Amino acid sequence: MTGGSDTVRLSAFDRALLAGEEGEAPKLAMRILARMAEVRGAAAMLDIEAAHIDSTIYVGDAGLEFAERLAGLGARVRVPSTLNVSGLDEFHWQEWSVPAEWAEKSARQMRAYDSMGTIPTWTCAPYQGRQTPRFGQQIAWGESNAVAFANSVIGARTERYPDLLDICCAITGRAPAVGLHLDENRLATRVLRLRGIPEELAAADDFYPVLGHLLGPFAEDDPVAIAGLPVIPEEDQLKALGAAAASSGAVALFHIPGVTPEAPTLGDALGGRDPVAILDVGLPEMRAARRELTTHAEGALDMVVLGSPHFSFAEFGKLAALLRERGPERALPEEGGCELVVTTSRAVRDLAERAGLLEPLHVFGGRLMVDTCVLATPMTPGTTRRLMTNSAKYAWYSPGLLGSAVAFGSLAECVESARRGRVVREPGPWD
Amino acid sequence: MDRLRGQVIVAGTASGAVLYATQPLSFWGGYDAASGRITDTHHPLAGETAAGTALVLPATRGSSTTTAVLLEAIRRETAPAALITRGVDAFLALACVVGQEMYGRSPALVCVSEDDFRRLADWSRLEVADRALTRVDG
Repeated sequence: MTGGSDTVRLSAFDRALLAGEEGEAPKLAMRILARMAEVRGAAAMLDIEAAHIDSTIYVGDAGLEFAERLAGLGARVRVPSTLNVSGLDEFHWQEWSVPAEWAEKSARQMRAYDSMGTIPTWTCAPYQGRQTPRFGQQIAWGESNAVAFANSVIGARTERYPDLLDICCAITGRAPAVGLHLDENRLATRVLRLRGIPEELAAADDFYPVLGHLLGPFAEDDPVAIAGLPVIPEEDQLKALGAAAASSGAVALFHIPGVTPEAPTLGDALGGRDPVAILDVGLPEMRAARRELTTHAEGALDMVVLGSPHFSFAEFGKLAALLRERGPERALPEEGGCELVVTTSRAVRDLAERAGLLEPLHVFGGRLMVDTCVLATPMTPGTTRRLMTNSAKYAWYSPGLLGSAVAFGSLAECVESARRGRVVREPGPWD
Repeated sequence: MDRLRGQVIVAGTASGAVLYATQPLSFWGGYDAASGRITDTHHPLAGETAAGTALVLPATRGSSTTTAVLLEAIRRETAPAALITRGVDAFLALACVVGQEMYGRSPALVCVSEDDFRRLADWSRLEVADRALTRVDG
């Protein structure tokens, strides 16, 4: 592989890094970046102000060897860089069925990224913390849901950064000037039009994962606008929408007129151009998409799992209220009941704890997992075959990653199902 | 037409049975690097072994971790022999570039036009050589 490129205009700084003037780690990182800039047809590179590193997830020795090679070369990040989930709940993994070898290697990968001067957030929802980027900032973020949130809800500018490239950007402070970094590529080219959706349904939490599930295959990787939403969604609802659309598709930017910052109107979202495709979505399509997220429609459950993306402070508030309202009576796991597990970050857990929001969960016998999630660490024993969740991302990936069947439901349905140890449906706005 | 040219991202000589799909694939949760099998239950190629094949996909979707999974498959030699995409897919390209950097090997990676992508639908075997794709069906 050659180091430079004939087509990408590299700055004097880029060339200095390539020549190894700043050390071996930036040299390797810039060599990979310059090659990728060429592959993408970038005219130049640009400065980034922050990074979010998804490469932290341990999925095998290759990612670990890459991390340790960079760390061994003395890599340091040049911009504030938050860390995504790891393959391990660092201090509680022994409480789960995580093999010791996996734990040892995941911990080594964590140490490698820790050593580079990063911010140890260990979360897939870095926008829920103090490191939230600002509107218009150029950033290099990995983690598909975080990319969708940063672009769409905040109006920061990032491509979908794959693992291995995010850290190269962080080490160099540079990124290929392509795609969603450039204003002209941020206009919607497709429109999903909601038709006749009742306000009560559009206000419900479980509306947004389902909408995202539909949005993904329609949008593919194009910026997309959602028209006809009869309410102003909350932050956690937008988070769920983006996570779902970035699972079933490759959505990195959605606009909602009057809600997201780059779309005061639908015309603004489209830049005055006609869309190349329009998808009309009414109640029947939404109901069908909701059914699609469920492969385990009824019966006993092994686990109810919440928190993909990582549970927010506000979500802990809702969960606490539901658990208090319904009371601690439940079928215990040893009596045919199921586990209740919530995945979140250390920072949000600590805040929720101080606010007293975790007490009802502790009383219920629910369990918390931080730094990681049920998809990224082998925590569930092979006997965990039937899951229920309010997350479209968990619902999408669990069959492939865990080999489990999944029921998708609202937060209230998840809580009631956890109490009874089986799938419970409640009457609501879907009926 | 039994010979196609595309944008060669990673050159190489490879041949294999064609595994073709018009749906994008996430390798995280969709490709088992231990066995080289496609495991995404939402994908039409679920259950197929892709190791050593010519895997033809429009693009990747979903997780950022797709690159780490493909790199792991390259390390374990359970990756496809060739990857053909409709236009440039930066995730697959990156895994191949880093595969060369770390392990000195990578699947051949070629991006083809939309028309040529459709033509590949009825090929059953292909060969990548001399910067071109050649149909080698019996």
